[in-house]
Amino acid sequence: MSPTPNTEYRGNIHQRQKELMLKWYERLDESAGSGRPLPVSLMISGNCVELLEAFEAVPLYPEVNALQLAIRHQSLEPILAAEELGYAADNCAYVKADIGCYLKGITPTGGRLPVPGLVLCNFVGCNTYIKWFEHTAALTGAPLFMLDVPFLRTDEPSPADVDYVVRQLHELVAILERLSGRKFDYERFQRAVECSRQVEELWSAIKNLARRSPSPFDAYFDAITLMGPLYVYRGTPEGVEFFEIALRELKEKAEQGLGVYEQERFRLVFEGPPPYPYFRTFRDMFAQWKACAVASTYSTVGGLWEFGARHDPAKPFESVALHMLAQNVTNRNYLQRYDQIARYVDEWDADGVIIHFVKSCRLFSAGQGDMREYLTRTIGVPTLYIESDLEDPRYFAEAQTKNRIDAFFEALEHAKLTGRTRPAAQEGPRPDARLRVLP
Amino acid sequence: MERTFDRCEAVLADLDLGEVRRWKQEHPGARAIAYFPVYAPVEIIHAAGFLPVGLAGAGDRLDIQHADARFGSFICSIVKTTMELGMTGHLEPLDGLLFSSICDSARNLAFVMKRNFPQMYVDFLHLPQNPGSPASVDFLAQEYARLARELEQMGGAPVTSESLQAAIRLYNQNRALVRRLYALRSASPHRVTAREAYLLVRAGYFLPVEEHNAILEQALAALPKRKGKLRDSLRIVIEGAFCEQPPLDLIRLVEDAGCYVVDDDFVLGRNWFLDDVATDSEPLLALAGAYAEQSRYSSVRHDFRHPRWEALADKVRHTRADAVIFLIAKFCEPAYFDYVLYKKKLEEMGIPHLLLEFEEKMFTFERMRMEVETFVESLVFD
Ligand code: SF4
Ligand code: SF4
Repeated sequence: MSPTPNTEYRGNIHQRQKELMLKWYERLDESAGSGRPLPVSLMISGNCVELLEAFEAVPLYPEVNALQLAIRHQSLEPILAAEELGYAADNCAYVKADIGCYLKGITPTGGRLPVPGLVLCNFVGCNTYIKWFEHTAALTGAPLFMLDVPFLRTDEPSPADVDYVVRQLHELVAILERLSGRKFDYERFQRAVECSRQVEELWSAIKNLARRSPSPFDAYFDAITLMGPLYVYRGTPEGVEFFEIALRELKEKAEQGLGVYEQERFRLVFEGPPPYPYFRTFRDMFAQWKACAVASTYSTVGGLWEFGARHDPAKPFESVALHMLAQNVTNRNYLQRYDQIARYVDEWDADGVIIHFVKSCRLFSAGQGDMREYLTRTIGVPTLYIESDLEDPRYFAEAQTKNRIDAFFEALEHAKLTGRTRPAAQEGPRPDARLRVLP
Repeated sequence: MERTFDRCEAVLADLDLGEVRRWKQEHPGARAIAYFPVYAPVEIIHAAGFLPVGLAGAGDRLDIQHADARFGSFICSIVKTTMELGMTGHLEPLDGLLFSSICDSARNLAFVMKRNFPQMYVDFLHLPQNPGSPASVDFLAQEYARLARELEQMGGAPVTSESLQAAIRLYNQNRALVRRLYALRSASPHRVTAREAYLLVRAGYFLPVEEHNAILEQALAALPKRKGKLRDSLRIVIEGAFCEQPPLDLIRLVEDAGCYVVDDDFVLGRNWFLDDVATDSEPLLALAGAYAEQSRYSSVRHDFRHPRWEALADKVRHTRADAVIFLIAKFCEPAYFDYVLYKKKLEEMGIPHLLLEFEEKMFTFERMRMEVETFVESLVFD
């Protein structure tokens, strides 16, 4: 086996991403000292950062902090501190890392993290969010707003769903006015929504570049680099500028026919978050096979834009609500996730699907055995199922994981040689995975 | 009375849903709609002329052969046994399954069931988690209207104000009877054991409400006359078994170790409202309003106006409990989370507590028996 190639994309994007994220941490540090800008903690998934932008509040994303800690191999200490408080071995390790950090005063960059001025639980998708934010509020004494977003249980959100979220967004505006001491600036809100629309356009174009062969970037491992600015800066001109640079660079690369690998050997779709404590190791296991991710469900937690959804400054409240309700993977129902993966396999032309079962995240993992059954039997795409965790380093079995990955690629290679890249799909039409919807 | 308890036990031990089959035979053309724990608006199902059935896993009576591969590790038993019941044909008498927003595992289960059992009507109700917002009642009423239309489309009777009001009355009566049973047990725990109360309430998962009301009434007439002397037992509250249900032997074990269970959250959906649902207003709005304002606290319902740990503290005070036993289903994420803040609160109050984890299928209770006995002894001889 050849030595692992250096596959991580490093250009201006990488540099700029670092600067932006550092600047974000500086704003958080500043807020920790002075209470200004107002720090509002919220979840990545289906976030309404545009509304915060209207108040010049700074978003505090505990998930981003948790993953930064894990990737820097600093997550075990806070996890253990939280377990001492009574959290179970199987509770979402993101939560434990975050709460443990609060208890121990650890931050990913060494700067200070503010106590949120508002704990905004945007309940989009995962039920764990609710517990997490309630606990944060209870432990810090910060005020909590529970923004209840109906789970997408029909194909499309109903008018009642949209109305419900919009009404709560207006309640949130009143709360933000009170906490920030500023009047709601509707035009500023619209401008933020317009920035988001542009960012989404650019990001979507980037993701669609991965349809090419070779793909100019890895839509799982490299996408994560882009996701930081996507969530923190989406509603700002800096965000737009960042994604302009990113698209330009990656497009140039694509036009020159350059890929992640000189010779892309396998194209993959990834399902589930990565094992952050072993991010590099895990990536290398695929790099050795010159296997490139062309799409991933994880990169759509914050928003699912590659299929055309956009914010709309003409209807800012409604479009924020629609984004929360329907345009992110975690608030969509499980069968819609099956369809999303199947679409990637077809349209992004993938050879296989890697399913990463994350022990402490049921939202992603509960039922992945059934998903695998669907993908292999009904869609007819080879799948590999790996178990570990996204934050807890104790659940990564390195040698065993590597063996399974190697075996998977050996089988794929064999299939390619014999001209059978996919196992035969089941005869007959695909079952209708959609829900029944009433007119 | 013993015969009633035996009947109830037989009803809930019957994995083939004999009572549901019997009801369907007596009501040709009518449907049986099951709901996954914890809460479901059974009144709407009743108003459509259908039978609401509470699903609660398979207990210790079914080997898991298929469901493990579908759900993987770190997932609670009830999710797997429900899937297994479906894959082994046991859910055949049911025409529909209702799920709601209790946890991530149950939510995904809903859609896995939908894919694997396409002949069934599978729906997911979003129960609001922000009851403090005035918008939540309107939203929920519309969600309920959606359910009513679905049931009508399945051949149900038109869900009218009258039929809903009649159903609300029947279930108000049912819940009032369950409340009386709980009050009786709390006041005179020597007249009805936790296990007996459990059987009586849980049988309601499978029986038509009219029949269940009759059973409860009969029990409430007979139980206070029972002989028995109040022992010097520990008064405990059981918390955490709101969804997956513990084995019956485990409930008995706690009592045998010297505890009076003076309150618990078993079969919580049967006893969901603190008082009657209004019958003098638009019924879907009344049901939705009751959910927002009259629900019991639970790990799967969120109301930060009155946090759950405060509600547990109130319950302990109100029942004059000496201790709390957390009886938590293995891998139940909502219960695991809540344990942390419940524990903190109880420690502030100086109320002792014990944490036990169970699975539907448990073969040996020896270790648990030891733990409960040690716990009890440590308190009695303190
Ligand atoms: S359970 Fe999963 S989706 Fe939910 S907060 Fe944890 S990692 Fe995120
Ligand atoms: S027992 Fe807990 S984890 Fe399992 S389905 Fe019920 S609420 Fe969810």
